[in-house]
Amino acid sequence: MLDIAVAYNRFKFLGDEFLTWLWFVIEQDPAVFKNADPDLTSFEIGSRMVLEKKHKKAVERITIKGEDAGLEEARVALKNGALVAELNLVYRSAQQKWQFTLKGESLNLSSLQTPKISAPESADELEARVLEKIFLYDKILQFLAKLYNTFIKLRISSRWQRREISLIKKWLDSER
Amino acid sequence: MGLLSASNSITRYKVEGRLKAPVLETIAAALKKNAIGEIDEQTQEKAVGWTSFENPYQPDFNGSNYVYGAYLVFALRIDKKTFSPKVVKKHFMIESARRLSESGRNFLSRNEKQTIKDQVIDRLNIKVPSTPHVYDIIWNFEDSVLWFFSNLKAANEELETLFLRSFDLTLIRVIPYTAAHLNSGLTDAEKDILLKLTPTHFTG
Repeated sequence: MLDIAVAYNRFKFLGDEFLTWLWFVIEQDPAVFKNADPDLTSFEIGSRMVLEKKHKKAVERITIKGEDAGLEEARVALKNGALVAELNLVYRSAQQKWQFTLKGESLNLSSLQTPKISAPESADELEARVLEKIFLYDKILQFLAKLYNTFIKLRISSRWQRREISLIKKWLDSER
Repeated sequence: MGLLSASNSITRYKVEGRLKAPVLETIAAALKKNAIGEIDEQTQEKAVGWTSFENPYQPDFNGSNYVYGAYLVFALRIDKKTFSPKVVKKHFMIESARRLSESGRNFLSRNEKQTIKDQVIDRLNIKVPSTPHVYDIIWNFEDSVLWFFSNLKAANEELETLFLRSFDLTLIRVIPYTAAHLNSGLTDAEKDILLKLTPTHFTG
């Protein structure tokens, strides 16, 4: 296995491509998500998206914020060679809601809000609450791991070059 | 940010290596040995160590209070004393002037200046209380998975260093490459393809 510091820089593009692909799948083929979670109600873009376009050593960043933000500008940025670098996502499963921001280059999660749990009122309740919260973290992390595995299997397959890239390009060129 | 907080950041790790049996006793001994110690009223500027999730200011790893079902729940604590360089400069100037006056000389050697600076910093470290930073950890040792509740680079680096020193286990960050290499069930042939991937251009 590669050294982690080397691998971080060498393959951070994979994380950005993953987020870009997620946006494409959210809009074009959301049935893919049902394979990762049969209880899934919805998986949508949330309140923030950051795109990055790299020119040699310089990086141009575009941030789009707001619950009802239009994504036209983001689509134009993608057409101009940018990739999604950070994506706020809303995941709903079995009538519960998670919202979080996923960073492409590290796959770190931030601003993660799980479904609410009641505060522990005694030491005896603490263990139950901690285990409940762990279950909620595990649920979203397992879901993301399955999606990433799906993406990686596709990304290393011949289908990526043969079919997926042209589908993504077609999606970008489609009228909205 | 605590794991029970309304909003959190998580860095995911894969734990590489095997613990000596009996596992829980090995972990307990390592947590106790590397528990954070108090540095207030001491010259030490920084301390890094493990602490309890339930009571981070009084670490206690006796019994099994950090075992929650199949998970180990504890925390990394980093205590640090901070003061402005201007405060150091002020006390350095006062002390330098006092020494010059006492000795009747009109200059201090480089070594004397360094000694004064070190003494000033030591005195400030004794006076200034440390600020604790607590980062919760969930470790599923059966699945070799660990979640660290911070994305801060410095905190993650302290975690990786202390974890290796305490348990003789390596933490591998889940990043795009490691998530593919370790967690995606790729065959050796697929891993070779992974290594040769180059960025996709969606334009043109």
